[in-house]
Amino acid sequence: MINSLDILETINMIDNENLDVRTITMGISLLDCIDDNIDKACTKLYDKICRYAENLVKTGEDISKEYGIPIIHKRIAVTPIAMLAAACPTMNPVKFAKALDRAADTIGVNFVGGYSALVHKGFAQGDYALIESIPEALATTEKVCSSVNIGSTKAGINMDAVAKMGKVIRKSAELTADRDCIGAAKLVVFCNAPEDNPFMAGAFHGAGEPDCVINVGVSGPGVVRAALAKAGDCNITEVADLIKKTAFKITRMGQLVAKEASKRLSVPFGIVDLSLAPTPAIGDSVAYILEEMGLEQCGAHGTTACLALLNDAVKKGGVMASSHVGGLSGAFIPVTEDAGMIEAARSKALSLTKLEAMTAVCSVGLDMIAIPGDTSAEIISGIIADEAAIGMVNSKTTAVRLIPAIGKSAGEELNFGGLLGNGPIMDINPKSPAKFIARGGRIPAPMQSLKN
Amino acid sequence: MNAVITVLGKDNVGILAKVSTECAKVDVNILEVTQSVLQGMFAMIMFVDITKCAVPFAQLVDTLTEKGESMGVKIHVMHEDIFNAMHKI
Repeated sequence: MINSLDILETINMIDNENLDVRTITMGISLLDCIDDNIDKACTKLYDKICRYAENLVKTGEDISKEYGIPIIHKRIAVTPIAMLAAACPTMNPVKFAKALDRAADTIGVNFVGGYSALVHKGFAQGDYALIESIPEALATTEKVCSSVNIGSTKAGINMDAVAKMGKVIRKSAELTADRDCIGAAKLVVFCNAPEDNPFMAGAFHGAGEPDCVINVGVSGPGVVRAALAKAGDCNITEVADLIKKTAFKITRMGQLVAKEASKRLSVPFGIVDLSLAPTPAIGDSVAYILEEMGLEQCGAHGTTACLALLNDAVKKGGVMASSHVGGLSGAFIPVTEDAGMIEAARSKALSLTKLEAMTAVCSVGLDMIAIPGDTSAEIISGIIADEAAIGMVNSKTTAVRLIPAIGKSAGEELNFGGLLGNGPIMDINPKSPAKFIARGGRIPAPMQSLKN
Repeated sequence: MNAVITVLGKDNVGILAKVSTECAKVDVNILEVTQSVLQGMFAMIMFVDITKCAVPFAQLVDTLTEKGESMGVKIHVMHEDIFNAMHKI
Protein backbone atom coordinates (compact mmCIF):
# COMPACT_ATOMS: atom_id res chain seq x y z
CA MET A 1 0.00 0.00 0.00
CA ILE A 2 1.17 3.53 -0.72
CA ASN A 3 2.37 5.60 2.20
CA SER A 4 0.03 8.49 3.16
CA LEU A 5 2.92 10.91 3.52
CA ASP A 6 4.07 10.11 -0.01
CA ILE A 7 0.59 10.86 -1.33
CA LEU A 8 0.43 14.17 0.49
CA GLU A 9 3.94 15.03 -0.70
CA THR A 10 2.95 14.52 -4.34
CA ILE A 11 -0.21 16.57 -3.95
CA ASN A 12 1.71 19.35 -2.24
CA MET A 13 4.25 19.36 -5.08
CA ILE A 14 1.49 19.81 -7.65
CA ASP A 15 -0.68 22.25 -5.70
CA ASN A 16 1.94 24.47 -4.10
CA GLU A 17 5.30 23.90 -5.74
CA ASN A 18 4.42 24.12 -9.45
CA LEU A 19 5.29 20.53 -10.31
CA ASP A 20 4.19 19.83 -13.84
CA VAL A 21 4.92 18.02 -17.04
CA ARG A 22 6.03 20.96 -19.12
CA THR A 23 5.49 19.48 -22.53
CA ILE A 24 4.54 16.42 -24.51
CA THR A 25 6.28 16.95 -27.83
CA MET A 26 5.55 14.74 -30.79
CA GLY A 27 8.48 14.49 -33.16
CA ILE A 28 7.40 13.92 -36.76
CA SER A 29 9.71 13.15 -39.68
CA LEU A 30 8.88 15.13 -42.81
CA LEU A 31 11.44 13.41 -45.02
CA ASP A 32 8.64 11.73 -46.97
CA CYS A 33 7.07 15.14 -47.66
CA ILE A 34 10.02 16.36 -49.75
CA ASP A 35 8.89 17.51 -53.19
CA ASP A 36 10.39 19.81 -55.82
CA ASN A 37 7.02 21.55 -55.99
CA ILE A 38 6.86 23.62 -52.80
CA ASP A 39 3.05 23.76 -52.77
CA LYS A 40 2.81 19.98 -52.96
CA ALA A 41 5.45 19.66 -50.21
CA CYS A 42 3.46 22.06 -48.01
CA THR A 43 0.25 20.10 -48.55
CA LYS A 44 1.99 16.82 -47.69
CA LEU A 45 3.57 18.39 -44.61
CA TYR A 46 0.27 19.84 -43.40
CA ASP A 47 -1.59 16.57 -43.99
CA LYS A 48 1.03 14.43 -42.27
CA ILE A 49 1.23 16.60 -39.16
CA CYS A 50 -2.56 16.79 -38.87
CA ARG A 51 -2.88 13.03 -39.36
CA TYR A 52 -0.20 12.05 -36.85
CA ALA A 53 -0.97 14.64 -34.19
CA GLU A 54 -4.73 14.64 -34.54
CA ASN A 55 -5.25 13.27 -31.01
CA LEU A 56 -2.16 14.72 -29.34
CA VAL A 57 -3.86 17.55 -27.47
CA LYS A 58 -6.84 15.47 -26.36
CA THR A 59 -4.62 12.61 -25.20
CA GLY A 60 -2.50 15.05 -23.19
CA GLU A 61 -5.61 16.49 -21.57
CA ASP A 62 -6.99 13.03 -20.77
CA ILE A 63 -3.75 11.89 -19.12
CA SER A 64 -3.55 15.14 -17.21
CA LYS A 65 -7.02 14.61 -15.80
CA GLU A 66 -6.61 10.93 -14.99
CA TYR A 67 -3.31 11.24 -13.19
CA GLY A 68 -3.96 14.65 -11.72
CA ILE A 69 -0.76 16.05 -13.20
CA PRO A 70 -0.78 19.37 -15.02
CA ILE A 71 0.53 18.92 -18.57
CA ILE A 72 1.16 22.45 -19.71
CA HIS A 73 2.03 22.20 -23.40
CA LYS A 74 1.46 19.86 -26.30
CA ARG A 75 3.84 20.61 -29.13
CA ILE A 76 5.25 19.37 -32.41
CA ALA A 77 8.86 19.10 -33.57
CA VAL A 78 9.58 18.37 -37.22
CA THR A 79 12.50 17.50 -39.47
CA PRO A 80 14.68 20.59 -40.09
CA ILE A 81 12.79 22.40 -42.83
CA ALA A 82 16.07 23.19 -44.65
CA MET A 83 16.02 19.53 -45.74
CA LEU A 84 12.68 20.10 -47.46
CA ALA A 85 13.75 23.48 -48.82
CA ALA A 86 16.73 21.78 -50.49
CA ALA A 87 14.40 20.20 -53.04
CA CYS A 88 12.96 23.52 -54.18
CA PRO A 89 15.91 25.92 -53.96
CA THR A 90 14.42 28.75 -55.99
CA MET A 91 11.31 29.12 -53.83
CA ASN A 92 10.88 31.21 -50.66
CA PRO A 93 10.83 28.71 -47.74
CA VAL A 94 8.47 30.95 -45.76
CA LYS A 95 5.66 28.94 -47.38
CA PHE A 96 6.77 26.01 -45.22
CA ALA A 97 6.56 28.15 -42.09
CA LYS A 98 3.02 29.18 -42.97
CA ALA A 99 2.01 25.57 -43.57
CA LEU A 100 3.48 24.62 -40.16
CA ASP A 101 1.58 27.47 -38.54
CA ARG A 102 -1.69 26.33 -40.13
CA ALA A 103 -1.08 22.75 -38.98
CA ALA A 104 -0.37 23.95 -35.42
CA ASP A 105 -3.67 25.88 -35.46
CA THR A 106 -5.62 22.89 -36.75
CA ILE A 107 -4.39 20.43 -34.15
CA GLY A 108 -4.35 22.97 -31.31
CA VAL A 109 -0.70 22.92 -30.25
CA ASN A 110 0.91 26.15 -29.09
CA PHE A 111 4.31 25.83 -30.79
CA VAL A 112 5.83 23.87 -33.62
CA GLY A 113 9.61 23.66 -33.79
CA GLY A 114 11.83 22.76 -36.69
CA TYR A 115 12.12 25.76 -38.98
CA SER A 116 15.74 24.83 -38.71
CA ALA A 117 19.01 24.23 -40.47
CA LEU A 118 22.09 22.29 -39.38
CA VAL A 119 25.12 24.09 -40.78
CA HIS A 120 27.91 23.30 -38.31
CA LYS A 121 30.23 22.23 -41.10
CA GLY A 122 28.84 24.26 -43.97
CA PHE A 123 25.77 25.24 -45.95
CA ALA A 124 24.02 22.60 -48.05
CA GLN A 125 21.35 23.31 -50.67
CA GLY A 126 18.40 24.91 -48.91
CA ASP A 127 20.26 25.90 -45.74
CA TYR A 128 21.22 29.41 -46.75
CA ALA A 129 17.80 30.26 -48.20
CA LEU A 130 16.11 28.99 -45.05
CA ILE A 131 18.38 30.98 -42.73
CA GLU A 132 17.84 34.07 -44.86
CA SER A 133 14.06 33.61 -44.56
CA ILE A 134 13.95 33.14 -40.76
CA PRO A 135 13.13 36.77 -39.86
CA GLU A 136 10.20 36.88 -42.29
CA ALA A 137 9.00 33.42 -41.21
CA LEU A 138 9.01 34.37 -37.52
CA ALA A 139 7.35 37.73 -38.18
CA THR A 140 4.53 36.31 -40.29
CA THR A 141 3.69 33.24 -38.18
CA GLU A 142 2.59 32.87 -34.58
CA LYS A 143 3.57 29.38 -33.54
CA VAL A 144 6.63 28.49 -35.56
CA CYS A 145 9.99 28.27 -33.77
CA SER A 146 13.35 28.28 -35.47
CA SER A 147 16.81 27.02 -34.63
CA VAL A 148 20.16 26.84 -36.39
CA ASN A 149 23.07 24.64 -35.34
CA ILE A 150 26.30 26.45 -36.14
CA GLY A 151 28.88 24.34 -34.33
CA SER A 152 29.69 20.98 -32.80
CA THR A 153 32.51 19.33 -30.88
CA LYS A 154 33.21 17.05 -33.84
CA ALA A 155 32.97 19.68 -36.61
CA GLY A 156 34.13 22.92 -35.01
CA ILE A 157 32.32 26.23 -35.48
CA ASN A 158 31.09 27.55 -38.83
CA MET A 159 32.05 31.21 -38.52
CA ASP A 160 30.27 32.16 -41.76
CA ALA A 161 27.07 30.92 -40.13
CA VAL A 162 27.93 32.75 -36.91
CA ALA A 163 28.31 36.00 -38.87
CA LYS A 164 25.03 35.37 -40.67
CA MET A 165 23.10 34.56 -37.48
CA GLY A 166 24.08 37.87 -35.89
CA LYS A 167 22.29 39.62 -38.76
CA VAL A 168 19.35 37.19 -38.69
CA ILE A 169 18.74 37.73 -34.96
CA ARG A 170 18.81 41.51 -35.43
CA LYS A 171 16.45 41.39 -38.38
CA SER A 172 14.06 39.02 -36.56
CA ALA A 173 13.84 41.60 -33.78
CA GLU A 174 13.49 44.53 -36.20
CA LEU A 175 10.60 42.95 -38.11
CA THR A 176 8.70 42.38 -34.86
CA ALA A 177 9.72 45.61 -33.10
CA ASP A 178 6.03 46.49 -32.67
CA ARG A 179 5.50 43.25 -30.69
CA ASP A 180 8.39 43.56 -28.20
CA CYS A 181 10.75 41.98 -30.77
CA ILE A 182 9.16 38.57 -30.19
CA GLY A 183 10.58 37.16 -33.43
CA ALA A 184 14.01 36.88 -31.83
CA ALA A 185 12.51 35.06 -28.81
CA LYS A 186 11.48 32.22 -31.13
CA LEU A 187 14.97 31.73 -32.58
CA VAL A 188 17.80 29.70 -31.03
CA VAL A 189 21.37 29.37 -32.26
CA PHE A 190 22.91 26.09 -31.10
CA CYS A 191 26.24 24.38 -30.74
CA ASN A 192 25.85 20.59 -30.33
CA ALA A 193 22.05 20.75 -30.77
CA PRO A 194 20.27 17.62 -29.49
CA GLU A 195 18.01 15.89 -32.01
CA ASP A 196 15.36 14.90 -29.47
CA ASN A 197 14.87 18.05 -27.41
CA PRO A 198 11.17 18.54 -26.57
CA PHE A 199 11.56 22.13 -25.33
CA MET A 200 10.96 25.20 -27.46
CA ALA A 201 12.20 27.23 -29.16
CA GLY A 202 14.99 24.78 -30.01
CA ALA A 203 13.02 21.58 -30.67
CA PHE A 204 13.44 19.83 -33.99
CA HIS A 205 13.15 16.21 -35.11
CA GLY A 206 16.63 15.00 -36.03
CA ALA A 207 17.40 12.98 -39.13
CA GLY A 208 18.36 9.98 -36.98
CA GLU A 209 14.99 9.84 -35.27
CA PRO A 210 12.16 7.42 -36.16
CA ASP A 211 9.16 8.45 -38.27
CA CYS A 212 7.25 9.61 -35.21
CA VAL A 213 8.17 9.72 -31.54
CA ILE A 214 6.91 11.03 -28.20
CA ASN A 215 9.33 13.04 -26.08
CA VAL A 216 8.34 14.47 -22.72
CA GLY A 217 9.84 17.41 -20.87
CA VAL A 218 9.28 17.58 -17.13
CA SER A 219 9.94 20.52 -14.92
CA GLY A 220 9.85 21.45 -11.26
CA PRO A 221 12.31 24.05 -10.00
CA GLY A 222 9.78 24.93 -7.28
CA VAL A 223 9.84 21.37 -5.95
CA VAL A 224 13.64 21.34 -5.69
CA ARG A 225 13.69 24.72 -3.96
CA ALA A 226 11.01 23.64 -1.48
CA ALA A 227 12.91 20.41 -0.70
CA LEU A 228 16.06 22.42 0.04
CA ALA A 229 14.13 24.90 2.17
CA LYS A 230 12.72 22.05 4.27
CA ALA A 231 16.16 20.46 4.66
CA GLY A 232 17.56 23.51 6.46
CA ASP A 233 21.25 23.73 7.33
CA CYS A 234 22.64 20.55 5.82
CA ASN A 235 26.04 20.33 4.18
CA ILE A 236 26.53 20.49 0.44
CA THR A 237 26.85 16.70 0.02
CA GLU A 238 23.41 16.37 1.53
CA VAL A 239 22.12 19.15 -0.73
CA ALA A 240 23.31 17.20 -3.78
CA ASP A 241 21.68 14.01 -2.51
CA LEU A 242 18.42 15.78 -1.85
CA ILE A 243 18.35 17.25 -5.36
CA LYS A 244 19.04 13.81 -6.83
CA LYS A 245 16.16 12.25 -4.90
CA THR A 246 13.78 15.03 -5.88
CA ALA A 247 14.87 14.86 -9.54
CA PHE A 248 14.25 11.11 -9.41
CA LYS A 249 10.65 11.57 -8.30
CA ILE A 250 9.96 14.28 -10.89
CA THR A 251 11.43 12.20 -13.70
CA ARG A 252 9.46 9.11 -12.71
CA MET A 253 6.33 11.17 -13.14
CA GLY A 254 7.52 12.25 -16.60
CA GLN A 255 8.35 8.68 -17.52
CA LEU A 256 4.85 7.54 -16.54
CA VAL A 257 3.24 10.28 -18.64
CA ALA A 258 5.56 9.56 -21.58
CA LYS A 259 4.79 5.82 -21.52
CA GLU A 260 1.08 6.43 -21.23
CA ALA A 261 1.04 9.00 -24.05
CA SER A 262 3.10 6.68 -26.21
CA LYS A 263 0.68 3.80 -25.59
CA ARG A 264 -2.47 5.81 -26.19
CA LEU A 265 -1.14 7.45 -29.37
CA SER A 266 0.54 4.24 -30.62
CA VAL A 267 3.75 6.17 -31.15
CA PRO A 268 7.13 5.00 -29.81
CA PHE A 269 8.42 6.58 -26.61
CA GLY A 270 11.60 8.53 -27.26
CA ILE A 271 13.04 10.22 -24.21
CA VAL A 272 12.23 12.07 -21.03
CA ASP A 273 14.00 15.41 -20.83
CA LEU A 274 14.44 16.26 -17.19
CA SER A 275 15.03 19.96 -17.26
CA LEU A 276 14.38 22.39 -14.46
CA ALA A 277 12.58 24.86 -16.70
CA PRO A 278 11.54 27.98 -14.84
CA THR A 279 8.47 30.09 -15.53
CA PRO A 280 7.82 33.66 -14.42
CA ALA A 281 5.42 32.29 -11.77
CA ILE A 282 6.61 33.02 -8.25
CA GLY A 283 8.28 29.94 -6.79
CA ASP A 284 9.03 28.38 -10.18
CA SER A 285 12.54 29.76 -10.41
CA VAL A 286 15.98 28.17 -10.85
CA ALA A 287 17.58 31.31 -9.40
CA TYR A 288 15.68 30.75 -6.16
CA ILE A 289 17.19 27.25 -5.90
CA LEU A 290 20.67 28.75 -6.14
CA GLU A 291 19.71 31.32 -3.53
CA GLU A 292 18.28 28.58 -1.31
CA MET A 293 21.73 26.95 -1.42
CA GLY A 294 23.07 30.02 0.32
CA LEU A 295 23.68 32.84 -2.15
CA GLU A 296 22.45 36.30 -1.23
CA GLN A 297 21.29 36.69 -4.81
CA CYS A 298 21.74 34.79 -8.05
CA GLY A 299 24.82 36.19 -9.78
CA ALA A 300 26.90 36.42 -6.61
CA HIS A 301 30.34 34.75 -6.58
CA GLY A 302 29.60 31.08 -6.00
CA THR A 303 26.68 31.01 -8.47
CA THR A 304 28.56 28.96 -11.07
CA ALA A 305 29.52 26.35 -8.46
CA CYS A 306 25.93 26.08 -7.16
CA LEU A 307 24.61 25.73 -10.71
CA ALA A 308 27.20 23.06 -11.56
CA LEU A 309 26.09 21.05 -8.54
CA LEU A 310 22.42 21.51 -9.38
CA ASN A 311 22.81 20.56 -13.05
CA ASP A 312 24.81 17.45 -12.26
CA ALA A 313 22.56 16.26 -9.43
CA VAL A 314 19.45 16.72 -11.58
CA LYS A 315 20.99 14.56 -14.31
CA LYS A 316 22.07 11.86 -11.84
CA GLY A 317 18.61 11.62 -10.29
CA GLY A 318 16.91 11.67 -13.67
CA VAL A 319 19.04 9.01 -15.33
CA MET A 320 18.08 6.43 -12.72
CA ALA A 321 14.40 7.25 -13.04
CA SER A 322 13.84 6.87 -16.77
CA SER A 323 14.72 4.18 -19.27
CA HIS A 324 15.72 6.86 -21.78
CA VAL A 325 16.84 10.31 -20.73
CA GLY A 326 17.71 12.75 -23.47
CA GLY A 327 17.16 16.22 -24.84
CA LEU A 328 18.80 18.96 -22.83
CA SER A 329 18.27 17.50 -19.31
CA GLY A 330 19.65 19.77 -16.62
CA ALA A 331 18.89 23.30 -15.45
CA PHE A 332 17.74 26.11 -17.73
CA ILE A 333 18.67 29.69 -17.00
CA PRO A 334 16.41 31.80 -19.23
CA VAL A 335 16.56 35.30 -17.79
CA THR A 336 13.15 36.72 -18.73
CA GLU A 337 11.34 33.49 -17.82
CA ASP A 338 12.67 33.21 -14.27
CA ALA A 339 11.42 35.52 -11.50
CA GLY A 340 14.70 35.26 -9.56
CA MET A 341 16.86 35.91 -12.63
CA ILE A 342 14.73 38.93 -13.54
CA GLU A 343 15.22 40.40 -10.07
CA ALA A 344 18.95 39.66 -10.17
CA ALA A 345 19.32 41.25 -13.60
CA ARG A 346 17.33 44.31 -12.51
CA SER A 347 19.48 44.83 -9.45
CA LYS A 348 22.62 44.22 -11.56
CA ALA A 349 23.67 41.31 -9.33
CA LEU A 350 23.56 39.22 -12.50
CA SER A 351 25.57 40.35 -15.53
CA LEU A 352 25.93 38.95 -19.02
CA THR A 353 29.52 37.91 -18.26
CA LYS A 354 28.39 35.94 -15.19
CA LEU A 355 25.64 34.33 -17.26
CA GLU A 356 28.23 33.29 -19.81
CA ALA A 357 30.25 31.57 -17.08
CA MET A 358 27.09 29.87 -15.82
CA THR A 359 26.38 28.48 -19.29
CA ALA A 360 29.56 26.40 -19.06
CA VAL A 361 27.83 24.31 -16.39
CA CYS A 362 24.09 24.65 -17.12
CA SER A 363 22.22 22.53 -19.62
CA VAL A 364 21.68 25.12 -22.34
CA GLY A 365 23.13 28.59 -22.69
CA LEU A 366 22.46 32.30 -22.92
CA ASP A 367 18.71 32.11 -22.97
CA MET A 368 16.05 34.82 -23.25
CA ILE A 369 18.34 37.76 -22.68
CA ALA A 370 17.23 41.20 -23.82
CA ILE A 371 20.11 43.34 -25.10
CA PRO A 372 20.17 47.01 -26.17
CA GLY A 373 18.43 47.72 -29.47
CA ASP A 374 21.47 49.36 -31.02
CA THR A 375 23.68 46.26 -30.53
CA SER A 376 25.38 45.57 -33.85
CA ALA A 377 25.03 42.26 -35.69
CA GLU A 378 28.80 41.74 -35.24
CA ILE A 379 28.53 41.98 -31.45
CA ILE A 380 25.66 39.48 -31.48
CA SER A 381 27.82 37.20 -33.63
CA GLY A 382 30.65 37.64 -31.12
CA ILE A 383 28.36 36.54 -28.30
CA ILE A 384 27.25 33.52 -30.39
CA ALA A 385 30.90 32.59 -31.13
CA ASP A 386 31.85 32.77 -27.43
CA GLU A 387 28.91 30.65 -26.41
CA ALA A 388 29.46 28.09 -29.17
CA ALA A 389 33.12 27.83 -28.15
CA ILE A 390 32.09 26.93 -24.60
CA GLY A 391 29.84 24.19 -25.95
CA MET A 392 32.34 22.92 -28.49
CA VAL A 393 35.25 22.62 -26.08
CA ASN A 394 33.19 21.15 -23.23
CA SER A 395 31.26 18.68 -25.42
CA LYS A 396 27.94 20.08 -24.27
CA THR A 397 24.96 21.80 -25.81
CA THR A 398 25.10 25.56 -25.70
CA ALA A 399 22.60 27.95 -27.21
CA VAL A 400 22.00 31.63 -27.70
CA ARG A 401 18.56 33.22 -27.63
CA LEU A 402 19.09 36.97 -27.53
CA ILE A 403 16.45 39.61 -28.07
CA PRO A 404 17.76 42.95 -29.35
CA ALA A 405 15.19 45.39 -27.95
CA ILE A 406 14.80 47.65 -30.94
CA GLY A 407 14.46 51.31 -29.94
CA LYS A 408 15.31 50.60 -26.30
CA SER A 409 18.49 50.71 -24.26
CA ALA A 410 19.99 49.04 -21.19
CA GLY A 411 17.87 49.37 -18.04
CA GLU A 412 14.55 49.57 -19.91
CA GLU A 413 12.27 46.50 -20.01
CA LEU A 414 10.76 44.14 -22.55
CA ASN A 415 7.48 42.38 -21.83
CA PHE A 416 6.44 39.34 -23.89
CA GLY A 417 3.79 38.13 -21.48
CA GLY A 418 2.95 34.50 -20.81
CA LEU A 419 5.70 31.95 -20.42
CA LEU A 420 8.28 34.09 -22.22
CA GLY A 421 7.96 36.58 -19.38
CA ASN A 422 9.58 39.98 -19.15
CA GLY A 423 12.82 41.46 -18.05
CA PRO A 424 15.36 44.24 -18.11
CA ILE A 425 17.62 44.93 -21.05
CA MET A 426 21.12 43.91 -19.98
CA ASP A 427 24.36 45.77 -20.51
CA ILE A 428 26.74 44.43 -23.11
CA ASN A 429 30.40 45.15 -23.81
CA PRO A 430 30.26 47.64 -26.71
CA LYS A 431 33.78 46.94 -28.05
CA SER A 432 33.56 45.60 -31.59
CA PRO A 433 34.58 42.09 -32.73
CA ALA A 434 33.70 43.10 -36.33
CA LYS A 435 37.07 42.24 -37.87
CA PHE A 436 37.14 38.80 -36.22
CA ILE A 437 33.58 38.05 -37.37
CA ALA A 438 34.25 39.27 -40.93
CA ARG A 439 37.09 36.76 -41.37
CA GLY A 440 34.64 33.88 -41.89
CA GLY A 441 35.87 30.30 -42.23
CA ARG A 442 35.66 27.60 -39.58
CA ILE A 443 37.10 27.20 -36.11
CA PRO A 444 38.65 23.71 -36.23
CA ALA A 445 37.24 20.98 -34.02
CA PRO A 446 38.98 20.87 -30.64
CA MET A 447 41.28 18.21 -29.17
CA GLN A 448 39.42 15.52 -27.29
CA SER A 449 42.47 14.32 -25.40
CA LEU A 450 45.26 16.08 -23.45
CA LYS A 451 42.52 17.93 -21.59
CA ASN A 452 43.75 20.38 -19.03
CA MET B 1 -7.77 -0.39 -11.27
CA ASN B 2 -7.36 1.64 -8.11
CA ALA B 3 -7.41 5.37 -7.52
CA VAL B 4 -6.58 7.60 -4.60
CA ILE B 5 -9.01 10.25 -3.40
CA THR B 6 -7.52 12.87 -1.11
CA VAL B 7 -9.48 15.51 0.73
CA LEU B 8 -7.60 18.43 2.24
CA GLY B 9 -8.99 21.47 4.00
CA LYS B 10 -10.84 22.81 6.98
CA ASP B 11 -12.62 20.16 9.03
CA ASN B 12 -16.41 20.00 8.58
CA VAL B 13 -19.19 17.68 9.67
CA GLY B 14 -19.95 14.97 7.13
CA ILE B 15 -17.01 15.21 4.73
CA LEU B 16 -16.41 11.46 4.76
CA ALA B 17 -20.14 10.75 4.40
CA LYS B 18 -20.54 13.07 1.41
CA VAL B 19 -17.51 11.69 -0.45
CA SER B 20 -18.56 8.09 0.28
CA THR B 21 -22.06 8.79 -1.00
CA GLU B 22 -20.69 10.13 -4.29
CA CYS B 23 -18.53 7.01 -4.61
CA ALA B 24 -21.44 4.68 -3.91
CA LYS B 25 -23.61 6.42 -6.52
CA VAL B 26 -21.23 5.37 -9.30
CA ASP B 27 -20.17 1.93 -7.98
CA VAL B 28 -16.78 3.02 -6.74
CA ASN B 29 -15.77 0.63 -3.96
CA ILE B 30 -13.87 2.05 -0.99
CA LEU B 31 -10.93 -0.19 -0.02
CA GLU B 32 -9.32 1.79 2.78
CA VAL B 33 -9.68 5.16 4.46
CA THR B 34 -7.19 7.01 6.62
CA GLN B 35 -7.90 10.42 8.04
CA SER B 36 -6.36 12.84 10.45
CA VAL B 37 -7.17 16.26 11.83
CA LEU B 38 -4.19 18.38 12.66
CA GLN B 39 -4.78 21.87 14.07
CA GLY B 40 -8.22 22.01 12.45
CA MET B 41 -6.88 20.92 9.05
CA PHE B 42 -8.52 17.83 7.72
CA ALA B 43 -6.62 15.29 5.62
CA MET B 44 -8.35 12.20 4.35
CA ILE B 45 -6.89 9.62 2.01
CA MET B 46 -9.20 7.07 0.46
CA PHE B 47 -8.11 4.11 -1.66
CA VAL B 48 -10.87 3.10 -4.04
CA ASP B 49 -11.46 0.46 -6.68
CA ILE B 50 -12.72 2.10 -9.86
CA THR B 51 -12.91 -1.06 -11.98
CA LYS B 52 -16.71 -1.01 -11.97
CA CYS B 53 -17.09 2.77 -11.96
CA ALA B 54 -20.33 3.56 -13.81
CA VAL B 55 -19.06 6.84 -15.29
CA PRO B 56 -15.86 7.72 -17.15
CA PHE B 57 -12.97 8.44 -14.78
CA ALA B 58 -12.74 12.06 -15.92
CA GLN B 59 -16.37 12.59 -14.94
CA LEU B 60 -15.72 11.13 -11.47
CA VAL B 61 -12.83 13.57 -11.09
CA ASP B 62 -15.07 16.51 -12.06
CA THR B 63 -17.92 15.46 -9.78
CA LEU B 64 -15.70 15.07 -6.74
CA THR B 65 -13.75 18.24 -7.46
CA GLU B 66 -17.01 20.19 -7.58
CA LYS B 67 -18.25 18.46 -4.44
CA GLY B 68 -15.04 19.52 -2.70
CA GLU B 69 -15.51 23.11 -3.77
CA SER B 70 -19.05 23.13 -2.40
CA MET B 71 -17.73 21.85 0.97
CA GLY B 72 -14.81 24.30 1.04
CA VAL B 73 -12.17 21.56 0.81
CA LYS B 74 -9.82 20.47 -1.96
CA ILE B 75 -10.45 17.03 -3.42
CA HIS B 76 -7.97 15.29 -5.72
CA VAL B 77 -8.79 12.06 -7.50
CA MET B 78 -5.72 10.49 -9.02
CA HIS B 79 -4.77 7.18 -10.54
CA GLU B 80 -2.64 5.20 -8.04
CA ASP B 81 0.08 4.62 -10.66
CA ILE B 82 1.34 8.16 -10.21
CA PHE B 83 2.19 7.52 -6.56
CA ASN B 84 3.72 4.13 -7.29
CA ALA B 85 5.86 5.68 -10.01
CA MET B 86 7.11 8.54 -7.86
CA HIS B 87 7.66 6.78 -4.58
CA LYS B 88 8.53 3.15 -5.33
CA ILE B 89 11.62 1.94 -7.12
